[in-house]
Amino acid sequence: MKLRINGEWLTVPETVDTIGELLGHFQLDQRVVIVEQNETILEKESRSDNKVQDGDSIEIVQFVGGG
Amino acid sequence: MNERYSRQTLFSPIGEAGQKKIREKHVLLLGAGALGTGNAEALVRAGIGRLTVIDRDYVEWSNLQRQQLYSERDAEDRLPKAVAAKQRLLEVNSDVKVDAYVMDATPSEMERLLDGVDLMIDATDNFDARMMMNDLSQKYQIPWIYGACVSSYGICYTILPGETPCLNCLLDQVPRGGMTCDTAGIISPAVQMVVAHQTVEAMKILVEDWAAVSRKLVSFDLWQNQHTSINVSRMKNESCPSCGENPSYPFLKYSHQMKTAVLCGRDSVQIRPPASREWSLEEVARTLAQQEVKVELNPYLVSFTTENRRMVLFKDGRALIHGTQDETEAKTLYHRYFG
Repeated sequence: MKLRINGEWLTVPETVDTIGELLGHFQLDQRVVIVEQNETILEKESRSDNKVQDGDSIEIVQFVGGG
Repeated sequence: MNERYSRQTLFSPIGEAGQKKIREKHVLLLGAGALGTGNAEALVRAGIGRLTVIDRDYVEWSNLQRQQLYSERDAEDRLPKAVAAKQRLLEVNSDVKVDAYVMDATPSEMERLLDGVDLMIDATDNFDARMMMNDLSQKYQIPWIYGACVSSYGICYTILPGETPCLNCLLDQVPRGGMTCDTAGIISPAVQMVVAHQTVEAMKILVEDWAAVSRKLVSFDLWQNQHTSINVSRMKNESCPSCGENPSYPFLKYSHQMKTAVLCGRDSVQIRPPASREWSLEEVARTLAQQEVKVELNPYLVSFTTENRRMVLFKDGRALIHGTQDETEAKTLYHRYFG
Protein backbone atom coordinates (compact mmCIF):
# COMPACT_ATOMS: atom_id res chain seq x y z
CA MET A 1 0.00 0.00 0.00
CA LYS A 2 1.30 3.44 -0.93
CA LEU A 3 0.74 6.36 1.40
CA ARG A 4 1.84 9.96 1.11
CA ILE A 5 3.41 10.54 4.50
CA ASN A 6 4.71 13.99 5.38
CA GLY A 7 4.88 14.83 1.71
CA GLU A 8 6.72 11.71 0.62
CA TRP A 9 5.27 8.59 -1.03
CA LEU A 10 6.11 5.54 1.06
CA THR A 11 5.15 1.88 0.75
CA VAL A 12 3.85 0.31 3.95
CA PRO A 13 2.94 -3.38 4.51
CA GLU A 14 -0.64 -4.44 3.73
CA THR A 15 -0.91 -5.63 7.33
CA VAL A 16 -1.15 -2.00 8.41
CA ASP A 17 -4.89 -1.46 8.63
CA THR A 18 -5.45 1.52 10.94
CA ILE A 19 -3.78 4.80 11.85
CA GLY A 20 -2.88 3.26 15.21
CA GLU A 21 -1.08 0.41 13.45
CA LEU A 22 0.63 2.87 11.14
CA LEU A 23 2.02 4.72 14.17
CA GLY A 24 3.18 1.35 15.54
CA HIS A 25 4.87 0.59 12.21
CA PHE A 26 6.90 3.79 12.55
CA GLN A 27 7.48 3.16 16.27
CA LEU A 28 5.57 6.31 17.13
CA ASP A 29 2.75 4.68 19.12
CA GLN A 30 4.28 5.63 22.47
CA ARG A 31 5.09 9.19 21.39
CA VAL A 32 3.05 12.37 21.61
CA VAL A 33 1.97 13.14 18.05
CA ILE A 34 -0.67 14.94 16.00
CA VAL A 35 -1.98 12.96 13.02
CA GLU A 36 -3.78 14.44 10.04
CA GLN A 37 -5.41 12.10 7.52
CA ASN A 38 -6.50 13.64 4.23
CA GLU A 39 -6.47 17.09 5.87
CA THR A 40 -8.53 16.08 8.90
CA ILE A 41 -6.87 16.06 12.33
CA LEU A 42 -7.72 12.83 14.16
CA GLU A 43 -8.70 12.57 17.80
CA LYS A 44 -6.30 10.40 19.73
CA GLU A 45 -9.10 8.01 20.74
CA SER A 46 -10.15 7.36 17.14
CA ARG A 47 -6.72 6.43 15.80
CA SER A 48 -7.26 2.72 16.38
CA ASP A 49 -10.57 2.86 14.45
CA ASN A 50 -9.48 5.02 11.52
CA LYS A 51 -8.64 2.81 8.53
CA VAL A 52 -5.81 3.72 6.20
CA GLN A 53 -6.35 3.34 2.47
CA ASP A 54 -4.04 3.25 -0.52
CA GLY A 55 -3.28 6.80 -1.65
CA ASP A 56 -4.10 8.44 1.69
CA SER A 57 -2.25 11.62 2.51
CA ILE A 58 -1.09 11.46 6.10
CA GLU A 59 0.80 14.01 8.15
CA ILE A 60 2.42 12.97 11.40
CA VAL A 61 3.97 15.57 13.68
CA GLN A 62 5.90 14.39 16.71
CA PHE A 63 6.50 16.67 19.68
CA VAL A 64 10.15 16.54 20.63
CA GLY A 65 11.99 18.25 23.45
CA GLY A 66 15.53 18.94 22.30
CA GLY A 67 16.85 22.36 21.61
CA MET B 1 17.61 54.99 9.26
CA ASN B 2 20.90 53.36 10.02
CA GLU B 3 22.86 51.97 7.02
CA ARG B 4 23.41 48.87 9.10
CA TYR B 5 19.83 47.68 8.54
CA SER B 6 19.48 48.88 4.93
CA ARG B 7 19.03 45.41 3.40
CA GLN B 8 16.41 44.53 5.96
CA THR B 9 14.44 47.76 5.49
CA LEU B 10 14.55 47.25 1.71
CA PHE B 11 12.49 44.13 2.36
CA SER B 12 9.07 45.75 2.00
CA PRO B 13 7.12 43.83 4.73
CA ILE B 14 9.59 45.33 7.21
CA GLY B 15 10.56 48.69 5.71
CA GLU B 16 11.62 51.72 7.73
CA ALA B 17 8.47 51.61 9.86
CA GLY B 18 8.99 47.95 10.70
CA GLN B 19 12.62 48.54 11.59
CA LYS B 20 11.55 51.26 14.01
CA LYS B 21 9.16 48.81 15.67
CA ILE B 22 11.84 46.10 15.87
CA ARG B 23 14.08 48.65 17.58
CA GLU B 24 11.44 49.29 20.25
CA LYS B 25 10.84 45.63 21.10
CA HIS B 26 11.99 43.45 24.00
CA VAL B 27 12.40 39.70 23.43
CA LEU B 28 12.89 37.14 26.17
CA LEU B 29 14.81 34.04 25.16
CA LEU B 30 14.63 31.05 27.46
CA GLY B 31 17.69 28.89 26.84
CA ALA B 32 21.03 29.67 25.22
CA GLY B 33 21.91 26.33 23.68
CA ALA B 34 21.65 25.52 19.99
CA LEU B 35 18.29 27.17 19.33
CA GLY B 36 19.01 29.97 21.78
CA THR B 37 22.30 31.05 20.25
CA GLY B 38 20.84 30.92 16.74
CA ASN B 39 17.80 32.98 17.68
CA ALA B 40 19.82 35.43 19.75
CA GLU B 41 22.31 36.16 16.99
CA ALA B 42 19.61 36.62 14.36
CA LEU B 43 17.53 38.97 16.52
CA VAL B 44 20.48 41.00 17.73
CA ARG B 45 21.74 41.40 14.16
CA ALA B 46 18.20 42.41 13.14
CA GLY B 47 18.39 45.27 15.64
CA ILE B 48 15.87 44.53 18.40
CA GLY B 49 15.91 46.97 21.30
CA ARG B 50 16.44 44.58 24.16
CA LEU B 51 17.12 40.89 24.66
CA THR B 52 16.75 38.99 27.92
CA VAL B 53 18.59 35.69 27.75
CA ILE B 54 18.28 33.06 30.47
CA ASP B 55 20.28 29.84 30.70
CA ARG B 56 21.16 27.39 33.46
CA ASP B 57 24.16 25.72 31.86
CA TYR B 58 27.77 26.45 30.96
CA VAL B 59 29.72 25.96 27.73
CA GLU B 60 31.29 22.56 27.00
CA TRP B 61 33.23 21.16 24.04
CA SER B 62 30.26 19.10 22.85
CA ASN B 63 28.31 22.36 22.38
CA LEU B 64 30.68 23.87 19.80
CA GLN B 65 29.45 21.73 16.89
CA ARG B 66 26.17 23.67 16.77
CA GLN B 67 25.92 26.43 19.38
CA GLN B 68 27.02 29.29 17.21
CA LEU B 69 27.90 32.01 19.71
CA TYR B 70 30.53 29.99 21.60
CA SER B 71 34.26 29.57 21.13
CA GLU B 72 36.87 27.08 22.33
CA ARG B 73 37.91 29.63 24.91
CA ASP B 74 34.40 29.65 26.39
CA ALA B 75 34.49 25.85 26.68
CA GLU B 76 37.95 25.89 28.27
CA ASP B 77 36.79 28.49 30.79
CA ARG B 78 33.46 26.73 31.37
CA LEU B 79 31.74 30.07 31.09
CA PRO B 80 28.03 30.10 31.83
CA LYS B 81 26.22 30.20 28.49
CA ALA B 82 24.27 33.34 29.33
CA VAL B 83 27.54 35.16 30.13
CA ALA B 84 29.39 33.91 27.03
CA ALA B 85 26.38 34.64 24.83
CA LYS B 86 26.08 38.21 26.10
CA GLN B 87 29.78 38.87 25.45
CA ARG B 88 29.52 37.68 21.86
CA LEU B 89 26.18 39.39 21.20
CA LEU B 90 27.54 42.76 22.28
CA GLU B 91 30.46 42.29 19.86
CA VAL B 92 27.92 41.66 17.11
CA ASN B 93 25.68 44.64 17.91
CA SER B 94 26.51 46.96 20.78
CA ASP B 95 23.29 48.96 20.28
CA VAL B 96 21.16 46.15 21.69
CA LYS B 97 20.61 45.99 25.44
CA VAL B 98 21.32 42.42 26.52
CA ASP B 99 20.31 41.18 29.97
CA ALA B 100 21.86 37.81 30.81
CA TYR B 101 20.72 35.59 33.68
CA VAL B 102 22.55 32.45 34.82
CA MET B 103 19.66 30.55 36.35
CA ASP B 104 17.14 27.78 36.01
CA ALA B 105 14.13 30.08 35.91
CA THR B 106 11.14 29.25 38.06
CA PRO B 107 7.68 30.71 37.35
CA SER B 108 8.11 33.44 39.98
CA GLU B 109 11.54 34.40 38.64
CA MET B 110 10.13 34.48 35.12
CA GLU B 111 7.24 36.68 36.23
CA ARG B 112 9.69 39.26 37.54
CA LEU B 113 11.47 39.33 34.16
CA LEU B 114 8.38 39.60 31.97
CA ASP B 115 7.63 43.29 32.51
CA GLY B 116 7.73 44.99 29.11
CA VAL B 117 8.50 41.80 27.21
CA ASP B 118 6.83 41.71 23.77
CA LEU B 119 7.68 38.15 22.79
CA MET B 120 9.10 34.97 24.34
CA ILE B 121 11.11 32.48 22.34
CA ASP B 122 11.48 28.88 23.41
CA ALA B 123 15.03 27.59 23.21
CA THR B 124 14.73 25.16 26.10
CA ASP B 125 15.39 21.44 26.05
CA ASN B 126 12.50 20.20 28.17
CA PHE B 127 8.70 20.31 28.40
CA ASP B 128 8.57 21.46 32.03
CA ALA B 129 10.03 24.79 30.93
CA ARG B 130 7.81 24.92 27.84
CA MET B 131 4.60 24.30 29.77
CA MET B 132 5.65 27.05 32.18
CA MET B 133 6.24 29.44 29.25
CA ASN B 134 2.89 28.44 27.80
CA ASP B 135 1.04 29.35 31.00
CA LEU B 136 3.02 32.59 31.43
CA SER B 137 2.18 33.50 27.86
CA GLN B 138 -1.54 33.11 28.57
CA LYS B 139 -1.48 34.80 31.96
CA TYR B 140 0.41 37.87 30.69
CA GLN B 141 -0.88 37.79 27.08
CA ILE B 142 2.58 37.57 25.55
CA PRO B 143 3.08 35.59 22.32
CA TRP B 144 5.64 32.79 22.35
CA ILE B 145 7.24 30.55 19.73
CA TYR B 146 7.73 26.87 20.45
CA GLY B 147 10.74 25.29 18.76
CA ALA B 148 12.53 21.98 19.23
CA CYS B 149 14.84 19.64 17.39
CA VAL B 150 16.52 16.26 17.66
CA SER B 151 18.62 14.28 15.12
CA SER B 152 17.61 15.73 11.71
CA TYR B 153 14.06 16.56 12.84
CA GLY B 154 12.61 19.88 13.93
CA ILE B 155 9.28 21.46 14.89
CA CYS B 156 7.98 25.01 15.28
CA TYR B 157 4.69 26.60 16.32
CA THR B 158 3.68 30.16 17.19
CA ILE B 159 1.22 30.75 20.03
CA LEU B 160 -0.78 33.98 19.99
CA PRO B 161 -2.76 34.28 23.27
CA GLY B 162 -6.48 34.81 22.70
CA GLU B 163 -6.24 33.58 19.14
CA THR B 164 -4.41 30.34 18.43
CA PRO B 165 -4.63 27.08 20.37
CA CYS B 166 -1.92 27.00 23.05
CA LEU B 167 0.64 24.24 23.45
CA ASN B 168 -1.49 22.60 26.13
CA CYS B 169 -4.41 22.38 23.63
CA LEU B 170 -2.21 20.49 21.19
CA LEU B 171 -0.79 17.97 23.65
CA ASP B 172 -2.87 15.09 24.96
CA GLN B 173 -0.13 14.60 27.54
CA VAL B 174 3.16 16.27 28.39
CA PRO B 175 5.82 14.35 26.44
CA ARG B 176 8.25 12.45 28.65
CA GLY B 177 11.20 10.35 27.59
CA GLY B 178 11.42 9.60 23.89
CA MET B 179 14.24 10.80 21.69
CA THR B 180 16.69 13.31 23.09
CA CYS B 181 19.87 14.87 21.76
CA ASP B 182 21.56 12.36 24.08
CA THR B 183 20.14 9.23 22.49
CA ALA B 184 19.62 10.32 18.90
CA GLY B 185 22.15 13.11 18.45
CA ILE B 186 21.54 16.37 16.62
CA ILE B 187 22.93 17.93 13.44
CA SER B 188 23.25 21.66 13.05
CA PRO B 189 21.10 22.03 9.88
CA ALA B 190 18.10 20.83 11.91
CA VAL B 191 18.90 23.49 14.51
CA GLN B 192 19.28 26.18 11.85
CA MET B 193 15.99 25.24 10.18
CA VAL B 194 14.07 25.60 13.45
CA VAL B 195 15.92 28.85 14.13
CA ALA B 196 14.88 30.12 10.68
CA HIS B 197 11.22 29.33 11.40
CA GLN B 198 11.37 30.89 14.86
CA THR B 199 13.18 34.07 13.85
CA VAL B 200 10.97 34.79 10.86
CA GLU B 201 7.89 34.34 13.06
CA ALA B 202 9.53 36.63 15.61
CA MET B 203 10.13 39.30 12.97
CA LYS B 204 6.48 39.17 11.88
CA ILE B 205 5.35 39.62 15.49
CA LEU B 206 7.88 42.38 16.21
CA VAL B 207 6.75 44.43 13.19
CA GLU B 208 3.14 43.61 14.13
CA ASP B 209 2.35 41.98 10.79
CA TRP B 210 -0.13 39.67 12.49
CA ALA B 211 -1.71 38.46 9.25
CA ALA B 212 1.63 37.01 8.16
CA VAL B 213 2.07 34.86 11.28
CA SER B 214 2.03 31.22 10.25
CA ARG B 215 -0.59 29.74 12.64
CA LYS B 216 0.49 26.28 11.48
CA LEU B 217 2.36 23.55 13.24
CA VAL B 218 5.42 23.02 11.07
CA SER B 219 7.77 20.05 11.22
CA PHE B 220 10.45 18.59 9.01
CA ASP B 221 13.06 15.87 8.78
CA LEU B 222 15.93 17.21 6.71
CA TRP B 223 17.67 13.84 6.31
CA GLN B 224 14.45 12.03 5.33
CA ASN B 225 13.40 14.87 2.99
CA GLN B 226 10.08 15.27 4.77
CA HIS B 227 8.18 18.46 5.46
CA THR B 228 4.81 18.87 7.17
CA SER B 229 2.54 21.76 7.93
CA ILE B 230 -0.76 21.27 9.81
CA ASN B 231 -3.46 23.84 10.41
CA VAL B 232 -4.27 23.20 14.08
CA SER B 233 -6.77 26.05 14.61
CA ARG B 234 -9.59 23.54 15.24
CA MET B 235 -7.70 22.13 18.22
CA LYS B 236 -8.37 25.15 20.44
CA ASN B 237 -9.93 23.78 23.60
CA GLU B 238 -12.42 26.06 25.39
CA SER B 239 -11.91 24.16 28.65
CA CYS B 240 -8.10 24.17 28.40
CA PRO B 241 -6.64 24.85 31.89
CA SER B 242 -4.02 27.11 30.31
CA CYS B 243 -5.99 29.15 27.74
CA GLY B 244 -9.66 28.19 28.19
CA GLU B 245 -12.52 30.18 29.71
CA ASN B 246 -11.46 29.55 33.31
CA PRO B 247 -7.71 29.14 33.23
CA SER B 248 -5.90 27.84 36.33
CA TYR B 249 -2.38 28.01 34.85
CA PRO B 250 -1.45 24.61 36.31
CA PHE B 251 2.19 24.80 35.27
CA LEU B 252 2.87 27.93 37.33
CA LYS B 253 2.06 26.24 40.63
CA TYR B 254 5.01 25.98 42.91
CA SER B 255 5.81 22.76 44.62
CA HIS B 256 8.29 22.66 47.45
CA GLN B 257 10.38 19.81 46.19
CA MET B 258 13.90 19.39 45.03
CA LYS B 259 13.76 19.32 41.25
CA THR B 260 15.85 17.07 39.09
CA ALA B 261 16.13 16.96 35.31
CA VAL B 262 18.13 14.82 32.90
CA LEU B 263 19.77 17.26 30.48
CA CYS B 264 19.24 16.78 26.77
CA GLY B 265 22.42 15.95 24.89
CA ARG B 266 24.42 15.44 28.07
CA ASP B 267 25.04 12.45 30.27
CA SER B 268 24.05 14.65 33.18
CA VAL B 269 21.44 15.40 35.82
CA GLN B 270 20.58 18.83 37.12
CA ILE B 271 19.56 19.26 40.74
CA ARG B 272 17.69 22.32 41.87
CA PRO B 273 17.21 22.73 45.61
CA PRO B 274 13.73 23.78 46.84
CA ALA B 275 14.77 27.21 48.11
CA SER B 276 17.44 29.19 46.34
CA ARG B 277 20.00 31.02 48.38
CA GLU B 278 23.36 32.58 47.62
CA TRP B 279 26.13 30.05 48.20
CA SER B 280 29.67 30.91 49.12
CA LEU B 281 31.53 29.04 46.41
CA GLU B 282 34.88 29.75 48.08
CA GLU B 283 33.66 28.01 51.21
CA VAL B 284 32.43 25.00 49.25
CA ALA B 285 35.74 24.82 47.39
CA ARG B 286 37.68 24.92 50.65
CA THR B 287 35.56 22.14 52.16
CA LEU B 288 35.95 19.97 49.07
CA ALA B 289 39.70 20.52 48.92
CA GLN B 290 39.96 18.85 52.31
CA GLN B 291 38.59 15.65 50.79
CA GLU B 292 41.59 15.35 48.49
CA VAL B 293 39.74 16.10 45.28
CA LYS B 294 40.92 18.55 42.63
CA VAL B 295 38.61 21.53 42.83
CA GLU B 296 38.21 24.22 40.19
CA LEU B 297 36.67 27.55 41.08
CA ASN B 298 35.61 30.54 38.98
CA PRO B 299 33.32 33.45 39.93
CA TYR B 300 30.24 31.54 38.77
CA LEU B 301 30.72 27.91 39.77
CA VAL B 302 32.81 25.36 41.56
CA SER B 303 33.53 21.96 39.98
CA PHE B 304 35.29 18.75 40.94
CA THR B 305 35.42 15.08 40.02
CA THR B 306 34.87 12.16 42.32
CA GLU B 307 33.55 8.60 41.94
CA ASN B 308 33.80 9.05 38.16
CA ARG B 309 31.24 11.81 38.40
CA ARG B 310 31.98 15.45 37.70
CA MET B 311 29.92 17.80 39.83
CA VAL B 312 29.39 21.48 39.28
CA LEU B 313 27.74 23.80 41.79
CA PHE B 314 26.41 27.21 40.83
CA LYS B 315 26.04 30.18 43.17
CA ASP B 316 22.28 29.65 43.58
CA GLY B 317 22.76 26.11 44.89
CA ARG B 318 21.97 24.40 41.65
CA ALA B 319 24.22 21.52 40.66
CA LEU B 320 25.01 19.54 37.55
CA ILE B 321 26.05 15.94 38.07
CA HIS B 322 27.88 14.67 34.98
CA GLY B 323 28.41 11.02 34.11
CA THR B 324 24.96 9.80 35.12
CA GLN B 325 21.34 9.93 34.03
CA ASP B 326 20.11 8.48 37.29
CA GLU B 327 18.26 11.28 39.05
CA THR B 328 18.24 9.50 42.39
CA GLU B 329 21.96 8.89 42.29
CA ALA B 330 22.45 12.51 41.38
CA LYS B 331 20.39 13.64 44.37
CA THR B 332 22.37 11.34 46.63
CA LEU B 333 25.64 12.77 45.38
CA TYR B 334 24.30 16.28 45.82
CA HIS B 335 23.38 15.61 49.41
CA ARG B 336 26.68 13.85 50.01
CA TYR B 337 28.86 16.71 48.79
CA PHE B 338 26.80 19.87 49.21
CA GLY B 339 24.59 19.10 52.18
